[in-house]
Amino acid sequence: MSQPVVICKGIQKEFGAGADAVQALRGIDVEINQGELFMLVGPSGCGKTTLISIIAGIMNQTKGECLVLEENVSVMSSAAKVKFRAKNIGFVFQTFNLLPSLTAAENVAIPLFILGESKKAAVKKAHDLLDHVGLKDRGISLPSELSGGQQQRVAIARALIHNPKIIVCDEPTSALDHETGANVMEMMQKLSKEHGTTLIIVTHDNRIFHYADRIGEIDDGYIKAIHAPETTLGRPYA
Amino acid sequence: MPTKNLEEKRWFNFTLSPMIGVAIKMLMGDTGKYIGMIVGITFSALIMTQQPTVLLGLLSRTYSLISDASYPDLWVMDSKVQAVDDVKPLQDTKLLRVRGIEGIRYAVPLYKGLLRARTADGNSQNCSIIGLDDATLIGGPGNMVTGKLEDLRRADAVIIDVDGANKYLAQKLPDGTRIPLKVGDTLEINDKHAVIVGIAQTTPTFGSLPSIYTTYKRSLAFAPQERLKLSFILAGLKPGIDPAPVIASIKKYTGLTAYTSEQFKDVSLQYFIDNSAIVASFGIVILLGFIVGAATSGQVFYNFTQDNIKQFAALKAMGTSDGMLVKMILVQAAMVGISGWGIGAGLVSLKGFSLGSNGDFPFLMPWQVVASSGGGVLVIITFAALISIRKVVKLEPGLVFK
Repeated sequence: MSQPVVICKGIQKEFGAGADAVQALRGIDVEINQGELFMLVGPSGCGKTTLISIIAGIMNQTKGECLVLEENVSVMSSAAKVKFRAKNIGFVFQTFNLLPSLTAAENVAIPLFILGESKKAAVKKAHDLLDHVGLKDRGISLPSELSGGQQQRVAIARALIHNPKIIVCDEPTSALDHETGANVMEMMQKLSKEHGTTLIIVTHDNRIFHYADRIGEIDDGYIKAIHAPETTLGRPYA
Repeated sequence: MPTKNLEEKRWFNFTLSPMIGVAIKMLMGDTGKYIGMIVGITFSALIMTQQPTVLLGLLSRTYSLISDASYPDLWVMDSKVQAVDDVKPLQDTKLLRVRGIEGIRYAVPLYKGLLRARTADGNSQNCSIIGLDDATLIGGPGNMVTGKLEDLRRADAVIIDVDGANKYLAQKLPDGTRIPLKVGDTLEINDKHAVIVGIAQTTPTFGSLPSIYTTYKRSLAFAPQERLKLSFILAGLKPGIDPAPVIASIKKYTGLTAYTSEQFKDVSLQYFIDNSAIVASFGIVILLGFIVGAATSGQVFYNFTQDNIKQFAALKAMGTSDGMLVKMILVQAAMVGISGWGIGAGLVSLKGFSLGSNGDFPFLMPWQVVASSGGGVLVIITFAALISIRKVVKLEPGLVFK
C-alpha cells in the first residue's frame, strides 16, 4: 500500500466574519496516496477548489490540520509555503494561465526559473518535455498560436517539469472538447504513473471520472463519500 | 537540486534570475500599454527637461553683458545697484578712488544705457549701448564675427551684435525678407552718426534688444546730457590677489559695492528671480508635467498590472516569492522610466542644440537639469510601481482558481 502524501484532518474554512460568514468547508477528513489519481467532484460552490487551495498551500484553513508530504502546511510561514509550493507542487489551471508573451518552452520552464535554474538549461528541459507531450516543434510558438488542447499540454508540461510530488489540477478538461480532454487525461495519467506523481483533480466533467483511482464527493463542505470511479460514472455535477 | 544555494544566489545577484527576463517579456508583450506608458513618461520628461532649459536659457540672458565682457575681475558699482540692468550712475571721481585701492591693477569705466538707433532705411529700435574704455577696450565682446575690436578706435565706430545686424536693425523689404546690416553701414544713435566696423557674437539680451558697443567717450557723446554717466567700473586685480579683501577695501574706502563676475551674475539672477513671475510660471508648467506624467503613467502601469493579475497570481501560486515579484515590477517600471526619460531628454537635447546654436532659442542644459528630470521620472515610476507592488503583494494566489 502506498504511503499517504496528503492527510487532512478536520479541515474547516470560513470566509468572512460574523453574520456574513460563509462556511465553505465544515470538517474534511481525507487521505490521498502517493501516485494516486484522486478526483474531487461535487456541485459548484461545494468547497472543492477551497480544499485543493489548502492542500496546495495557497490558502489557510480556519480549523484542522493538513499534512502534505509529511509537512504540516497549516503551521508553515508564508515564505516557507512559497518555497514548499515551488519545490513540491505542480499546477494545472482551468484556463491554462500561460503567459501570452512567452513561448511555449519558456512557459514550461517557469517553475525551473523560480527554483533558480539557468534559462538555457531550463528551456532545454522544457523543449524535451514538450517533445514528450507531443509538442515537439511547438516550443517556440506563443500560446496564441496553439489550440486549446495544445495549450493545456503546455500547462501540463509546466506542472511536471520540476518533478513535483503532487500536481493539483482545477477543471483541466472543462475548456476542451471530448476528444482533446480524453487525450489530455490519458497523457496526465501516463505521465503521473511514469513519475510517481500524485494527481489531485477537481472536476465537474463526468467523462473523465474513469481515469481516477478514487473519487471524493464533496457537498456542502463535507466529503460525503470516497469510492471507486465506477460508482460515480454517469452522474454529472453541474 | 541545490535549491537553497540557488535561492541565495538569486537574491544577491539581481540580474541572474530568468524571472527578470519573464518580467521584461510580459511588459513588452503588451505593446499598446508599453507604448502608452513610455509616451506618458516621455511627455513628463520632455516637460521637466525642456521647461527648465528654456527658463535657464532666458535667465542666463539677464546677465549677458557680464558673460560677454572680457577680462574684468571685479565689477564696481553704486551700493544700491541690484542687477546689471539696474544702472545707478557714479561720479567720474569714483574711478580714481578705485584705482587707488590696494590690490587693484587697473580700473576702467563702462557706460551702459538704452538709446534709440535708426538705420539708413528709417527703421529705428531701442538698443543697449555699451561704452568701453577708450584705451584698453576692456569689457568688449570676446567673439568677433566680422572686424576687430580695435576697429572701435576709428571715427564714429560701433560694433553691433549678430542678432541686431541680422534681425532687429536689418532692412526689411516689403516682401518680408531682411537685408542684414554689414560693416560699413551707418546708423544714427540719438541723432549722432555711427559707422558699423564690426559684428560680434554675443549672448542675446533678455529684452531682445540689439547690443551696440563703442568707446566710452563716444558713448557719452551718444547719450543725452546727464550729470552722472559712469555706469560701472571694471577692475582687474594684481596677480595672486584674493578678491574678497579687495572688495571689502572698495566698500570701506569708496562706499561702492564690488562683485566678481560670477557674484554679479548671481546677484543679477537673484534680483530677476525675486522680481518676476517667470520662475513661478515655469515652475507651474513643470509641476503640471510631473503630475500629468505621474497620473497617466501610474494609471497605465496599474492597468497593466491589473490586466496581468491572473498571470501574477499563477506565478505566485507556482512559488514565486513576493520579493521576486517586487523585483519584476521594479524592473518593468525601470524599463518604462529609462526609455521614456531617455526619449524625452533626448528630444529636448536635439531640439535645443539644433535651435539653440543660432542664438535665437533660449536654451541652457546643464547636467543638473537632466539629472533633475531623471529624478522626477524616478519619483513617477516609483509611485506607479508602488501601486502595482501593493496590488501584487496583497494578491491572493488562490485567485487563479476563480
